[in-house]
Amino acid sequence: MNYELLTFIWFLLLGVLLTGYAILDGFDLGVGILHPFIAKDDRERRLVMNSIGPLWDGNEVWLVTFGGALFAAFPVAYATVFSSFYTAFYLLLTCLIGRAVSLEFRSKVHSPTWRKVWDVGFFLSSFTAAFLLGVAGGNVMAGMELGPKYEYQGNLLSQIYWYPLMVGCLTVSLFALHGAIFLYLKTEDELQDRIRKVITKLFYVFAVLYLVVSVATFVHVPHATENIANYPILWIVPLLNALAVLNIPRAMHLGKPGYAFFTSSMVIAALATLFSVAIFPNFMLSTLDPAYNVTLDNARSSQGTLQTMLIIAVIGMPCVASYTVIIYWIFRGKVKLDSNSY
Amino acid sequence: MDVEILSRLQFAGTIMFHYLFPPLSIGLGLQLFLCELAYYRTRNPAWEAAARFWTRVFAVNFAMGVATGIVMEFEFGTNWAAYSRFVGDVFGSALAAEGIFAFFLESGFLAVLVFGWDRVGPKMHLFSTLMVSLGSMFSAVWIVIANSWQQTPAGYHIVWQDVQGEMMPRAEVTSFWGMVLNPSSVDRLTHTLMGAFVLGAFFVASVCSYYLLRNRHHDVAKRCLSIALPTALAFTLLSAITGHDSAQKLVETQPAKLAAMEAHFHTSDQPTGLTLFGWPDAENETVKFGVKVPYLLSLMVYNDPTKPVPGMDQIPEDERPPVWLPFQMFHLMVGLGTLMIGVAGLACWFWYRGTLIEKRWLLWAVVFMPIAAMTANQAGWITAEVGRQPWIVYPSVQDGVEMMGLKTADGLSESVTAQQVLSSIILFSIIYSLLFAVWVFVLNNKIQHGPESAEELTQYKRKLKKESMAENFSRSGKALGGDMLDGGEQ
Ligand code: HDD
Ligand code: HEM
Ligand code: HEM
Repeated sequence: MNYELLTFIWFLLLGVLLTGYAILDGFDLGVGILHPFIAKDDRERRLVMNSIGPLWDGNEVWLVTFGGALFAAFPVAYATVFSSFYTAFYLLLTCLIGRAVSLEFRSKVHSPTWRKVWDVGFFLSSFTAAFLLGVAGGNVMAGMELGPKYEYQGNLLSQIYWYPLMVGCLTVSLFALHGAIFLYLKTEDELQDRIRKVITKLFYVFAVLYLVVSVATFVHVPHATENIANYPILWIVPLLNALAVLNIPRAMHLGKPGYAFFTSSMVIAALATLFSVAIFPNFMLSTLDPAYNVTLDNARSSQGTLQTMLIIAVIGMPCVASYTVIIYWIFRGKVKLDSNSY
Repeated sequence: MDVEILSRLQFAGTIMFHYLFPPLSIGLGLQLFLCELAYYRTRNPAWEAAARFWTRVFAVNFAMGVATGIVMEFEFGTNWAAYSRFVGDVFGSALAAEGIFAFFLESGFLAVLVFGWDRVGPKMHLFSTLMVSLGSMFSAVWIVIANSWQQTPAGYHIVWQDVQGEMMPRAEVTSFWGMVLNPSSVDRLTHTLMGAFVLGAFFVASVCSYYLLRNRHHDVAKRCLSIALPTALAFTLLSAITGHDSAQKLVETQPAKLAAMEAHFHTSDQPTGLTLFGWPDAENETVKFGVKVPYLLSLMVYNDPTKPVPGMDQIPEDERPPVWLPFQMFHLMVGLGTLMIGVAGLACWFWYRGTLIEKRWLLWAVVFMPIAAMTANQAGWITAEVGRQPWIVYPSVQDGVEMMGLKTADGLSESVTAQQVLSSIILFSIIYSLLFAVWVFVLNNKIQHGPESAEELTQYKRKLKKESMAENFSRSGKALGGDMLDGGEQ
């Protein structure tokens, strides 16, 4: 197959993996963010945690596979992105570890203090993970201080300023909203009524941030709209995005929470697509000199490797899709606590 | 301290911590599958109680494996950026295959294994257990292939690329299967898997022996021992055999590592002896207090007691690995392997005779064997990895052409500072110590609680059935109550 085409396919596939990760882990990060605010007593906390109990690990694998695929298809981008975000990513790792063990260990011991500690850990790590993912995304959008040989010249402080921080807040609110709708689907009675109210509030927070960040992107990241300007057909993405955002309250109002969840997934997908459109054909822009950009062309693996990996993906992805569906089917319906629960 | 030392320390620390969990997941997964298979065929509730119990232990360990594994995947990019750019074309596809083929399989079916006991039928559950177990083995396949490629590269060539005016080398695959089936991958993979199976078998045997010694859970303990003891013996024997195969290959592929493992400094035209134990002193090129068996190393390596084995003096001085650590770790691993063969053999013998329960000293020995198995696994990796130094990717010969390798010192991320690495080391030391304490605490809790008895389990299932019938009428949707149902105590 043609080298250029292969490169493009892999860029798309990475986009698919990233979108899959954001949609799937998005709701369980969101559930973690809402956990202390929504559940009143121990039983409700356990219900909230067990709503994602069987699912979160599989969701996180999307991130692992995204990392592996980026390493394989665009090793230079993998190395540069990961070493540039050294400190941020170690914090992210800390959060991912925190989440895994909070879920796993919280209900193993019957002590209110023990459980309280893990509750706080679960919230903090979910919140910070979502925030850091957003901050990293914002930095990549805006470009970073890349120098010769793809080495990053900035430091942690140059990654913390208003734009990425705002993208971080947007991510947190989006995941919280997405997670709330998921919880609505998974719960019943009084708990569900409370979640209903939270969804409305979260929607307003998200909608405001969404507008603010859109404007900020126009102002601060002029190159983000270049591709859209060149290919006007792409206008359809932000358009659909806006419609999808508006459709969330509509679907909730119509009493179709499943449809609302689908819609919030589409919002995430559209935002991830806009992100890819904004950076294409680069992975990372250098704010020092465009010659130092990490692009699709200088980051990619050899043709042979991209081809082999495509074969691996073509065999593997249908399997992944089929057992993802099986698992979600087996664990469909409202959460119940039984002897195997957290 | 400089970035190199710190990054190496961090890598060694995080991977050794990660490797506390995978071998137990892999080994216990197999034992769990065997228990469940026994349940499936006999439908004896005691087997089900056993399988449910091992599932709970497995889940705790698995979560730790996942949590620490993600760190490893990030670390190649964060700390070893130059290495990642050099090997990405080769190594990345193994990691990506691992994600797609192994991790999705494991994590997907893990949900059914852990949470599905009361939701799916026994057949689907058994199938899920098999998938989780296979998934964990597949992930070992890909990661060990990647590591083996680094030790004995094959199926690639070096391409020089112009990076903003400077030429930088990288390895590119020329033959995927040549890369996958590099000279050491099959031997090292089988040996690594055997090491994991040994640990799993001894872990089960250890917990069950403890129950017998404490006079608890007799039924379940005896059943599980009947699987764990013979498998422990078989797998320790197989580790010795596969380990021996690995060692024989080294003389061609990594002679420096072999010389370090054996503290063999001087080549001569006489047959080479094997140092059983001692204290190597690399500076003076001697082994203090060494006890040597003549001819033995020649015999082990070449199956010929007279053929001399090349020593460290054949290796250029700046390409020699440390000697003390690989030597001691290798001897520790082999020593523990021998010990475990002995213990497993005796235990099987008395089991067969029906007198194992009276041999309390032997049961106590079995109780402590998982520590030996864990130590042997770690010692093996330290031997393999420190023996590879100073190379991060070993130089090799492809079709008669010498290919460049990559030194560990050249694999670092240039943009990362010593201070950053130091802070992440401190952060992770704290996190990992806490994690370890919690893991031991929870694991101990589960083991002390033990499996349910067959009667408890039958009662529980009856109750579950009643509740679900009641629910069909009223759809009250409240959580199920009752102590058995409170996950808290298990
Ligand atoms: C011989 C086996 C073996 C070895 C040498 C390694 N691992 Fe591992 N890893 C596993 C065997 C395993 C496993 C059995 O599949 C785990 C451990 C327990 C578990 O839950 O899955 C796992 C988990 C695990 C995960 C989490 C997967 C998930 O989310 O489900 C990642 C990302 C890695 N590992 C990555 C690595 C990397 C980058 C390694 C090398 C530096 C590495 N592992 C060494
Ligand atoms: C899971 C078992 C493993 C253990 C216990 C282990 C142990 C170690 C140790 C102790 C070092 C430090 C050696 C030194 O600095 O002298 C090291 C280095 C390294 N290992 Fe492993 N290793 C394991 C698996 C792997 C795998 C599967 C890979 C790759 C696929 C790998 C890649 C590396 C790399 C790149 C280094 C370089 C850093 C360095 O030299 O310090 N290791 N490992
Ligand atoms: C009893 C005789 C044994 C021999 C002769 C032996 C030999 C070896 C050799 C030569 C290596 C280095 C391979 C290389 O770097 O290419 C190795 C590595 C290793 N050993 Fe052993 N071993 C034995 C027993 C064991 C046991 C009982 C375990 C665990 C329970 C174990 C676990 C490992 C592991 C995990 C590695 C690292 C992976 C690898 O490099 O293959 N070994 N062994």
